[in-house]
Amino acid sequence: MTYILKPQLHHPKLPTNSLGYTRRDYEGSVSTLCAGCGHDSISAAIIQAVYELEILPHRIAKLSGIGCSSKTPDYFLGASHGFNTVHGRMPSVLTGANLANRELIYLGVSGDGDSASIGFGQFAHAIRRGVNMTYIVENNGVYGLTKGQFSATSDKGSKSKRGVVNHDSAIDLVSIALQLGATFVARSFSGDKAQLVPLIKAALSHKGAAFIDTISPCVQFNNHAGSTKSYDFVREHNEAVNRLDVIVGREAIDVDYAPGETIEVAQHDASILRLHKLADSYDPTDRVGAIAYLQSAQARGEIVTGLLYVDPEAEDLHDGLGTVETPLNALSDSELVPGVEALARINAVLR
Amino acid sequence: MPVTPRYNDFVVKFANVNGSGSASANGLFANGVMRMGVPVAARNIFPSNIQGLPTWYEVRITEEGHLGRRGGVDLMVAMNPQTWDKDVAEIESGGFLFYDSTKPMPASAFREDIGVIGVPLTAMCNAAYQVPRERQLFKNIIYVGALCALLGMEPEVFETLFAEQFKGRQRLIDANLAALQMGVDYVREHLEPLPLQVRRADRVGDRIYVEGNEAAALGAVYGGATVCAWYPITPSTSLAEAFTKYCQQLRTDPETGKARYAIVQAEDEIASIGMVVGAGWNGARAFTCTSGPGISLMTEFVGLSYFAEIPAVIFDVQRGGPSTGMPTRTQQADLLAAAYSSHGDTKHPLLFPADPGECFTMGALAFDLADRLQTTVFVMLDLDIGMNEWLVEPFQWDEERQLDRGKVMTYEYLESGRDFGRYLDVDGDGIPYRTYPGAHPTRGAYFTRGTSRNPYARYSEEGAVYVDNMQRLLRKFETAKSLIPAPILKKAKGKSKDGVIYFGSSSAAMDEALAALAAQGLQLDGLRVRGFPFADAVYDFIAAHERVFVVEQNRDAQLKTLIVTEGGVDPARLTSVLHYDGTPITARFIAGEIAMLTATGQVEAAE
Repeated sequence: MTYILKPQLHHPKLPTNSLGYTRRDYEGSVSTLCAGCGHDSISAAIIQAVYELEILPHRIAKLSGIGCSSKTPDYFLGASHGFNTVHGRMPSVLTGANLANRELIYLGVSGDGDSASIGFGQFAHAIRRGVNMTYIVENNGVYGLTKGQFSATSDKGSKSKRGVVNHDSAIDLVSIALQLGATFVARSFSGDKAQLVPLIKAALSHKGAAFIDTISPCVQFNNHAGSTKSYDFVREHNEAVNRLDVIVGREAIDVDYAPGETIEVAQHDASILRLHKLADSYDPTDRVGAIAYLQSAQARGEIVTGLLYVDPEAEDLHDGLGTVETPLNALSDSELVPGVEALARINAVLR
Repeated sequence: MPVTPRYNDFVVKFANVNGSGSASANGLFANGVMRMGVPVAARNIFPSNIQGLPTWYEVRITEEGHLGRRGGVDLMVAMNPQTWDKDVAEIESGGFLFYDSTKPMPASAFREDIGVIGVPLTAMCNAAYQVPRERQLFKNIIYVGALCALLGMEPEVFETLFAEQFKGRQRLIDANLAALQMGVDYVREHLEPLPLQVRRADRVGDRIYVEGNEAAALGAVYGGATVCAWYPITPSTSLAEAFTKYCQQLRTDPETGKARYAIVQAEDEIASIGMVVGAGWNGARAFTCTSGPGISLMTEFVGLSYFAEIPAVIFDVQRGGPSTGMPTRTQQADLLAAAYSSHGDTKHPLLFPADPGECFTMGALAFDLADRLQTTVFVMLDLDIGMNEWLVEPFQWDEERQLDRGKVMTYEYLESGRDFGRYLDVDGDGIPYRTYPGAHPTRGAYFTRGTSRNPYARYSEEGAVYVDNMQRLLRKFETAKSLIPAPILKKAKGKSKDGVIYFGSSSAAMDEALAALAAQGLQLDGLRVRGFPFADAVYDFIAAHERVFVVEQNRDAQLKTLIVTEGGVDPARLTSVLHYDGTPITARFIAGEIAMLTATGQVEAAE
């Protein structure tokens, strides 16, 4: 098994963004996942989102753990540095990377095994620290690379391809993220690009811990009748609470939605999140309401998708630590090494 | 009772109850001795407990400047009834017992061959103080006062120390002075000075008195570390706390008040090393500090750092293992766990500081080495160095010194069109170039992974590609040999057929043992190893001696194992001297073992 590079040739009339980059410039190697894998759709959505946000590819750092989902950063943003870390530990590596250079945009990609089982603790702590990141879980409820074991997000009572019924309760990462203090929480579906791309754009523009749980059916091991993470099941039970447009600061804001149907949320980077409300009672700036709404929908067997919660005024880990604006990896020797006189003073105190 | 006093060369041991406030009084005593110009070597022997269990503090008063433990006790200050029998038994024949004589003790509680000094500390406290906490705390100061008079010390040194400690809070200064004076007066009225005497000398010089953890933390500041991720574990915790203190003091931006550092108390040791690896990947100097159990947890990431070639620094303040072991006791028992940490074929550079002075220099050097070698570098302290204050030469720093960031391909290099292969051995030293994320819009990006890949960082499971990379990593380790601080040879006066190899916190006791053995007519050359991989000089030393001892503080002869494994030495050529009961090794133990092994012929001379 080896890598496959994509040819660089593209149609001369392929559109470019304001940076002069085509969508192709945000692609990576050819995916080695199974044909029809939901994860490839998510990679495509990430590429589209970064292209539309007009981010220079090298200003993003992409990190992942281990598993099918964690292989995907090789398949998008080939001009960005990437780090495929160890199983379940992407959050800590991303946290350290973020501490080293606060100026880059951090995109963490993980799976349900990676984040809800082996890495549940790291998932929790990175979120509660408010690490400025976009954290996407490509959630298929199954271990793909080891061929079909249940993961901790598998619903109780759901059936594996081999006919085994899961008797353990599922971990709902969205509810957990809300309780842990994530300042941007969304859920989407890999098969719903129209919903997913704006959510990724909004998350990348968000300052603070942004979490997107993306249900992503596994065509090999979890797309059968009896699965609650299959394409058919999710399409039938998806209840979207809103639809999102992301308007970056430099674009003119047009108003063609009637008041009462939309909510506009301005994020710290001046981007505007325009939410077209689908569920009347849903307020995405109410954390407690969001948790209650999710729980009641879950009890009805509905999978709520959309932007579930956002705190546009969120602070991040660097705010908490009070670090300098200059990235720590760019500080000069003179800013780091206190020098001889300071050492003489310390020696004097220690006598 | 011997009549001729012994000046400035004896061991005082305090037996106390943890949490009784004795630590500061005992420290005061040690500082008092140093203020009289006499060096001390002091060690805390404490339990894994906050209050109630036995704790000891051993102060060696040593005009000669022997900073290791000698072994044996000349004066026991027995303040803990729980450990009375053991404490009394430990006193050298002809030594002294100091105790609280408020309650009469049966004659059977004492020994015939020791001198007994009773001071009714509790009765004096009860008469002078009403508040229970005051009674307890001032009792400690009263015994310091009594010792001051018994040992012929100058009370003025304590006056100065109180003034420095309480900085103008006159009420506290006066109260402490009064308690001290109570002890002094009681001895002057009721007792004679002991034949163990502290006499003013000028042997401390401008040396500083500091813990290894604090020194290592300061080394990390001078070494340019900006990210510290850690999880509390004895005996390493005070390293992270000292780093925090020194960063606040030395790394706060004077204009904005913002931090030029980031310190995160992580959720566990795995997250700690994960953050360090993430920061190292992204071009910041980062470290964690831990002890044995933490090393065990970190091994997967250490392997990633080795294979993906990411700089990281781990300060391992070793304690007694295995498992939870003896958390508050010292050992040098993590060498193998660190040197070969992680699954698959891995090995990692280690540094062996011998005292807090080297904790500072090696603490700074570790970051240069990690960046230069793009791998995890371990600094192997232990509890004895880390948590005890040692008298060492003042810290020094060369103003001209620059941080060595290693082989980093910058925007300018990439722009000039230089070929970039993340794992390409351009210079033949096994060390490739790396780029920091975000260095260039179109060049220099790569996908870092723990999986096998080719020199251009592309995933590959081809056998030849894998082997080529593993061989390059070996070349890199070979390069490391020239960068690790060289071993230090300590030649015997004459030509010697015998040699001894030692490292780390054993070194001070070893120096003294070498002198003692020489005085007995047994001349040995000493070689102090300062890091791993070993320089050729280590193997030359073994080849040049008929008998070679290896002194270490663990059961399984871990340094010997490393020497044998890495250099193809016949194990029979090396004779181990092992001390692993959790207390710091003593000069008497080393000298006794080597003398015994040579006298009984247990060591066969090599052909």
